[in-house]
Amino acid sequence: MTTSSSERGISLGMPELPAPAYPDDVRARLEADARDVIARYPDSRSALLPLLHLVQSEEGHVTRTGMQFCADMLELTTAEVTAVATFYTMYRRRPSGDYQVGVCTNTLCAVMGGDAIFETLQEHLGVGNGGTTDDGKVTLEHIECNAACDFAPVVMVNWEFFDNQTPASATRLVDDLRAGRDVEPTRGARLCTFKETARILAGFPDERPGAVEESGSAGPASLVGLRLAKGETAPARVVHPRAQGSQDAPSAEEGE
Amino acid sequence: MTVVPDLKDTSPEKLLAPVLSAFWDEDRSWMLDVYRRHEGYEGLRKALAMSPDDLIAYVKESGLRGRGGAGFPTGMKWQFIPQGDGKPHYLVVNADESEPGTCKDIPLLFANPHSLIEGIVIACYAIRSSHAFIYLRGEVVPVLRRLHEAVREAYAAGYLGENILGSGLDLTLTVHAGAGAYICGEETALLDSLEGRRGQPRLRPPFPAVEGLYACPTVVNNVESIASVPAILQKGKEWFRAMGSEKSPGFTLYSLSGHVASPGQYEAPLGITLRQLLDMSGGMRSGHRLKFWTPGGSSTPMFTDEHLDVPLDYEGVGAAGSMLGTKALQCFDETTCVVRAVTRWTEFYAHESCGKCTPCREGTYWLVQLLRDIEAGKGVMSDLDKLNDIADNINGKSFCALGDGAASPIFSSLKYFREEYEQHITGRGCPFDPAKSTAWADRPEVNA
Repeated sequence: MTTSSSERGISLGMPELPAPAYPDDVRARLEADARDVIARYPDSRSALLPLLHLVQSEEGHVTRTGMQFCADMLELTTAEVTAVATFYTMYRRRPSGDYQVGVCTNTLCAVMGGDAIFETLQEHLGVGNGGTTDDGKVTLEHIECNAACDFAPVVMVNWEFFDNQTPASATRLVDDLRAGRDVEPTRGARLCTFKETARILAGFPDERPGAVEESGSAGPASLVGLRLAKGETAPARVVHPRAQGSQDAPSAEEGE
Repeated sequence: MTVVPDLKDTSPEKLLAPVLSAFWDEDRSWMLDVYRRHEGYEGLRKALAMSPDDLIAYVKESGLRGRGGAGFPTGMKWQFIPQGDGKPHYLVVNADESEPGTCKDIPLLFANPHSLIEGIVIACYAIRSSHAFIYLRGEVVPVLRRLHEAVREAYAAGYLGENILGSGLDLTLTVHAGAGAYICGEETALLDSLEGRRGQPRLRPPFPAVEGLYACPTVVNNVESIASVPAILQKGKEWFRAMGSEKSPGFTLYSLSGHVASPGQYEAPLGITLRQLLDMSGGMRSGHRLKFWTPGGSSTPMFTDEHLDVPLDYEGVGAAGSMLGTKALQCFDETTCVVRAVTRWTEFYAHESCGKCTPCREGTYWLVQLLRDIEAGKGVMSDLDKLNDIADNINGKSFCALGDGAASPIFSSLKYFREEYEQHITGRGCPFDPAKSTAWADRPEVNA
């Protein structure tokens, strides 16, 4: 009867005991942060999503203690907080790894190789969707479209972009993460842990020197149109598949 | 920049019109001093010299239409805000870019966040708002980092805060990160989410312009719409109207992705065609041909190679039976199984359905069951009519546009590729090899 019903996924008909509170020092620190967040909004309840990110930055996932804390700060019931915490996919509901590796398997990335990457990583890491490696380093999951289709297939690590991945590059990536080697996103800053990422999401700017400017102004795909417009790249010549022995008419016929 | 592109000319210099993307290739393009070097915050000065009502009229006359999908005139949205009502007014920027295939606002905010911030100040002056929000999807931390910094810079320079540029305008701007939910791109669900609730759409009326955030008059605009405003002020509405067509004037970001030689962002006057974009950028990947594509994300009915010459503006795409949407041109070649593509999109809609209304919640679930069976070779012919029927029961009968979006790929794929569905049924399985569709399929050096 000591196992919480939410962990077991079934109701035993026994109400749960209230969640234990944060230790006093943690609570005092989080309260100061929470007041900062609440002050940004005309109505305190608007602070709920950032506060859930904040408690996730403390424990790596949203615990009952964290939800109780949010409820206290915003004068809501824990039921109201739970209803919100369970609606959004970025809130984790159980302990997970330092690095969340998300493989986009929405249609375009899936077709371009996301499915193959996700399969390879599941096999390589020996975990399924949402699973965490034994060393607690990597949590693998498939994610939905992350607004980077021109860089497909895309992998996100702690919500930084790793563009144009292959099964081999993604395997190297998770090996490096587990071995503690530095990895660089193609767009974004050098990785911080999942908890540190959650703090940025709560609205506290990344204080690491240089983090904002890392990886340059724009990714290469973001610039292809601009380069063409400036005449820096010669207009590409359409290679007609017909000339290469394909049967069908090309997508682009003789221009104009 | 004042050259009016001639759509008969095929050179990219003539066909493209980089405005928002014009200096993304410069070092630290996202910083205030670089933005200022490119006439940044000059549009704001011109706006502040006008009366708010004149400003709204000016944006209306420019013909700018919403870039988030629906194409509603931006100036008209601003005009709907009741003035003198004694209530606070809010501007909420929808930066929840999550529509499958859509990838324009994220690179825009990464490389040029100040264009949005300047647009926000202008819009707030117009609608008489002193608090604006950017609702950014949470899964893009690199963009969040730059928005935090850009907002800090704008405050420090006096473009945000009190008495902006001596105009008497006070403005607070809050950057708010979401937490993962496609539905929050729907404007009323976004407002509920911003109020700290589950992101579920609201019944309309009342519309957000009357009762939006905290039941106060609220304008919800897409990132690209607001970011386009400073250039209109700076260069003039005539300049803007010289691009595109009478009903779809101006420039916009087209995002080319999939099996093309050069995926990426192409900023051009509205009305360019996919053929023109492919011609200038190397076409489909070598040795392959276009099979199907979306004009504006997965929720817009798909097109085929018959539609290469459709002008990509609101009217042109509408007349051809789809919607301009977000101008997310996802191109798939002949190696791609359309049933697989539609199944995956439908799984997405089922996953993202908020559960509020029955047609969408139940309908998307059953569509997935049928599609998975068909893809696995376990379908029967009557399933195809059933798919159509269920989609018909979702489309137009759901609480919000997510349901309509879920129906689009079903209807359009059955219209153009019914034979392919039948092949899956008669052949008891999928005739395609997914390995041939991958980005590395034609590159032997990449081991899969």
